[in-house]
Amino acid sequence: MEPDEGEGVLCAVEQDDEKDAGDRASSPDMTQTPRPAPRSVDQDAAVDEARLRQQAIGVRLRQMFDEVVNEPIPDDFLAILRRADDKGPSGGPS
Amino acid sequence: MIQRTTPDAASEADFKLELVALIPQLRAFARTLCGDAAAADDLAQDTVLKAWDARASFQMGTNMKAWTFMILRNQFYSEKRRSWRQTQLDQEAAERTLVAVDDPGSPVALDELRLAMQMLPSEQREALILVGAGGFAYEEAADICGCAVGTVKSRVSRARRALQNILTMGAYDRDGAPAGDAMGAILADAERLSGPR
Repeated sequence: MEPDEGEGVLCAVEQDDEKDAGDRASSPDMTQTPRPAPRSVDQDAAVDEARLRQQAIGVRLRQMFDEVVNEPIPDDFLAILRRADDKGPSGGPS
Repeated sequence: MIQRTTPDAASEADFKLELVALIPQLRAFARTLCGDAAAADDLAQDTVLKAWDARASFQMGTNMKAWTFMILRNQFYSEKRRSWRQTQLDQEAAERTLVAVDDPGSPVALDELRLAMQMLPSEQREALILVGAGGFAYEEAADICGCAVGTVKSRVSRARRALQNILTMGAYDRDGAPAGDAMGAILADAERLSGPR
């Protein structure tokens, strides 16, 4: 990767984030969002690369989370609820 | 705060089933907040117990996932206040480890992301994981974190940028030498991982 593209990438990501945030929060009519005027090939490439990087991080983030989700539940957890049961259906004090 | 609603055995069983089904997600959320796996499981266990004790105040049919995540988060911050020093030590350890990593293999990239996550302020980390991996809408994440939706959005956005900085430019590196191309390793796997889900 070229060292001098850093700033362009960051700006692009910022724009992308805001658009993304709006879409996901309240699902606005996406047809109302005007696409920016066509830009130079270089800028497009930088934007694409920034998006790819963010996508890659997002994918990894879910992978990191799912890795734990897919682990078997340690026995301790189920023991807690069994003990809670022993206290009777109305629960113990405090 | 003593509520003497006669607990209905059937609804208690339902509650417990739903709670047990959430344990894997609670463990994953706790792992992101704590970093350390053992501390995370302690936190998640406390959460399960607290949720069980508070079951009378939960309305079946509402979002139990968000409710338990909120309990977990509150528990995390109340413990963190008690042990801020431990947290600082963890942070230093994470930074030391990250600089030492220089194998560009793909399993390392995941480790580096994990470590980079631990360098984010916890508000950014939790916002990013709730929205980016936990499957919560911004509104739900805002409820869980007790802040405005706009605040969650800006935290997520700042977290993403910070992660990219850390992973691309090695912002964590103190010596000025590249500490391994973490971003490169992550990108190398992107195509495979981001295929049709």
